[in-house]
Amino acid sequence: MSDTPVDRAATATPPRVARKIKGLSDRAIAWIFVGPTIFLLLAINIFPLIWTIKLSFTNFKANRIGREVKNIGFRNYERILTDSDIWLNMQATAHFLFWTIFFQVLIGFTLAYLINKKFKGNDLWTTIIVLPMMLSPAVVGNFWKFLYQPQIGLFNYVVAFFTGKDPSSFEMLGSVQLAPWSIVIVDTWMWTPFVMLICLAGLRSIPDYIYEAAEVDRASKLRQFFTITIPMVLPFLMLAVLFRGIENFKMFDLVVQLTGGGPGSTTELTSINLKREAFEKWRTGYASAYAIILFVTVFGLASIYVKALNKVKER
Amino acid sequence: MSSFSVTEPSDRSKWFAGTLVIVYALITMMPLAWIMLTGFKSPSDAISYPPKVVFEPTLEGYVNLFTTRTRQTEEYLEANPPETWYEEIVREYDMVIAGPSKFGERFMNSVIIGFGSTFLSIVLGTLAAYAFSRFKIPLADDLLFFILSTRMMPPIAVAIPIFLMYRTLGLSDTHLGMILLYTAVNISLAVWLLKGFIDEIPREYEEAALIDGYTRFQAFYKVVLPQAATGIASTAIFCLIFAWNEYAFAVLLTSGTAQTAPPFIPTIIGVGGLDWPAVAAGATIFLLPVMVFTILLRKHLLRGITFGAVRK
Repeated sequence: MSDTPVDRAATATPPRVARKIKGLSDRAIAWIFVGPTIFLLLAINIFPLIWTIKLSFTNFKANRIGREVKNIGFRNYERILTDSDIWLNMQATAHFLFWTIFFQVLIGFTLAYLINKKFKGNDLWTTIIVLPMMLSPAVVGNFWKFLYQPQIGLFNYVVAFFTGKDPSSFEMLGSVQLAPWSIVIVDTWMWTPFVMLICLAGLRSIPDYIYEAAEVDRASKLRQFFTITIPMVLPFLMLAVLFRGIENFKMFDLVVQLTGGGPGSTTELTSINLKREAFEKWRTGYASAYAIILFVTVFGLASIYVKALNKVKER
Repeated sequence: MSSFSVTEPSDRSKWFAGTLVIVYALITMMPLAWIMLTGFKSPSDAISYPPKVVFEPTLEGYVNLFTTRTRQTEEYLEANPPETWYEEIVREYDMVIAGPSKFGERFMNSVIIGFGSTFLSIVLGTLAAYAFSRFKIPLADDLLFFILSTRMMPPIAVAIPIFLMYRTLGLSDTHLGMILLYTAVNISLAVWLLKGFIDEIPREYEEAALIDGYTRFQAFYKVVLPQAATGIASTAIFCLIFAWNEYAFAVLLTSGTAQTAPPFIPTIIGVGGLDWPAVAAGATIFLLPVMVFTILLRKHLLRGITFGAVRK
C-alpha cells in the first residue's frame, strides 16, 4: 500500500468532491434544503394522522370541549364495520368508482388513439378537451346542478330532444335511479381528459420501428393493434386508473355540490358520510376511526394494485 | 408528403379521427359555453323553456354578483334618480344598491391564498428537490415515498385533526392557516415534479461553477435555478390551480375572513331562490383565468400532467 500524501487524498475523497468547496458542507446544505419540507409534512400531515389514530379510540366530541374523554378501545371500529348504512355508502362509492373508471378509460383511450393520428390542429383540440379537468370541482358541481334542472336545464333539454321524452319527466338529481348516474356523467365529463393525456403519452412512447417491423411481417392492422398498441399502452392506462381510483375514492367536492349525497343517501359517498359524522353530528372519535378505515382501505388497495402494475411493466 | 411511411396514417383516417375529436371537443365545451351565456342573461331568460340561445344580453348577473340590493319605496326611487348604469339595471326591479357584496373579498382571498401557498410550495419544493436530486440523503427513497403517500389521505380525514389543531393555535379562518395547509398538500407533487426537472440538468454545470469558486448556494441560484425555470414555472401553475380550485378544506376550515371563492359561489342567493345568472357570472369570473392559463401555457401544462403521473 502506498502512503504518500497524494495517494491518501486520492482515496479518501472521491474525485468529484476533491476540490475546494467554500461555505457549508454538502451534508448540512442537504438538511437545510430538505428540512422545512419534512417539518411541514410532519406538522400538517403526519402529526394529524397520529392524532386521528389516537382520537379513534375515544368518544371525543369536538363541539363539547369540557366533556370527559373516555378511552373506549376498538368500539368505534366495531360499530363502523357492523353498521349496514356504511356498507350502503361503500356500495355507492364502488358504483361511482367502477363506472367512472370504465367510461373514462373507454372514452379516454379512444380519444387518445384518434388524436395520435396527428390530424391538423390536434394540439389545439386536445387543449380544449382538457379544459374541464382544470376547473374547480365544487364550482363545476354547482353549475351542473343548473344544467340538470328538470324543466329548464340544458342537459334535460338535449336528452329530451334526442329521445323525444318530456324534459320535465325525469329528474337527474331527484330520482333514486338516476342520481348515481348523474354524478358518473359529470365526473366522466371532467376527468376523461386526464386518462386521455396519459394514454396519449403511452401511445407516443411506442417507437415507429415496431410497427414497421410488424408491417414487414405482414401483420394486419387489427393484429398490430392488439399485439403492439394495447400491451404497450397498458402500463400507462393502469397508472391512469390508479390515479383516478385514488382521487375518486376521496371524492367529495363535486358530488357534495351536485347532489349533497341525496336523494336520501343514494349518492352519499364515503367522504360525504365521513363529513357528516365529523362536522355535522360532531362524533369526532367515531369519525376518526372511520377516517382510519378509509385510509387503510385506499392504501391497501393501492399497494396491491401497484404490485400488479409492476408485474405488467416487467413483462 | 410524398414519401410513403407505414406509420403515417392515411389522409382518410386522419380526417375521420379529426372529425370525431372535434365533435367530442364541441360537446364537452357545451356546458362551459352555456354557463358563460347564462351569466349574461336576465333571471327570467335563464330559466325559460325551451332554453334560450338567442336573448338580449344584460349585465344584471354581474351587477347582482358584486352588489347587495334592497327594495325601496316608490317615493324614494322617484326622489333619487339612478346615477350610474348599474343603478339603472337594478332600478328595473324597484331596488337600489345597498353596497358591495362579499364576492370581491372572497375572490381576493382566493388570490392571496393561491399565490401565497404556490410561492411557499415552490420555494420549499425547489430546495428539497435539489437536495434529493444532488445529495446522498439517507433513506431518500423512503422519504420520497412518504412525501407522496400523504396525498392518498381523503381531505376530510385530515381535516378532523387539522380543525382541532387550528382551533388551538388560532389558525382557523386565517390566510396563514390556509396557505400553510395548501402548501403541505401541494408540496409532495411539487417535490416530485421539480426533482424530475432538476435531474435533467447536467451536474457538470454546477461543478464547473464550484471550481470557479462559487459556493454551493451560489451555484444553486446562479446556475441551477435559471436552468430549472421552465420546470419551476409549470410546477407553480399546478400548485396554483390546485389551491385555486380546492373546496373541502376551505369549506370546513374557513367561514368568514379567509373564505375563498369556491365555497362562496354556490351560496349566492337571489330574490326567490338561486340567482342563476349571478351564480353563472361568479363561476365565469372564477373559471376564466384558469381556462386562459391552460390555453396559453398548454405545452408546459400538458407535459407536466403526463410527466408528473408517469414518473411516479
